Amino acid sequence: MTYRLLYFASLADAARRDTETLESAAVDPAALYAEVAARHGFVLARERLRVAVNGAIVGWSHALADGDEIVFLPPVSGG
Amino acid sequence: MKRFALSDTAIDAAAEKAVLDHAAAGACAIFEGWVRNHNEGRAVLRLDYQAYAALADAEGEAILAEAMQRFALRAARSVHRTGSLAIGDMAVWVGVSADHRGAAFEACRWIIDEVKLRVPIWKREHYADGDSGWLHPDNTPVSAEQR
Repeated sequence: MTYRLLYFASLADAARRDTETLESAAVDPAALYAEVAARHGFVLARERLRVAVNGAIVGWSHALADGDEIVFLPPVSGG
Repeated sequence: MKRFALSDTAIDAAAEKAVLDHAAAGACAIFEGWVRNHNEGRAVLRLDYQAYAALADAEGEAILAEAMQRFALRAARSVHRTGSLAIGDMAVWVGVSADHRGAAFEACRWIIDEVKLRVPIWKREHYADGDSGWLHPDNTPVSAEQR
């Protein structure tokens, strides 16, 4: 399936990009994070992150669909 | 009406406060978060805020809608900056109006705490020694766990 990923903050720095279109066999965000973390050398453990699909927070076992926009959210630091 | 906004330009606190006006309100509480020149013992020159705008808008609106339910408020509003900020700039503004001061103080505190916890906004500090880095929610550097 084809996914579009957006990266923010430390993940964007580590990936050296803020967007990426990816062909992947991953069927949920947990598998997809493992794949991109290995490729880009992300050091943030999945337990520290939240994940959003198409603009809404979802669980790590959410079923992904072709064309989904996925964002792995590092711990936030607004305010 | 929208209660939460991201802004890539300076926050106009007087204009924001005007939306809190209500004839039944006897109290108004406002919190302003400012950029300070130090963090964790390091001298800070400026900082950048980056937001995932679509989700930040939705989360911000949800927090303020929840505040209207949880507390006896007449109005609530919050604005958070994005982009590059200098020392002394206003990074975030929260304002509420209520019939009485108790609800106003409590709601204002609750809203800023929830914004800091939930809204997808990230802060990068630029230090006097030329270094820069992203921060965790407790203001410790992300880079510390990458060393």
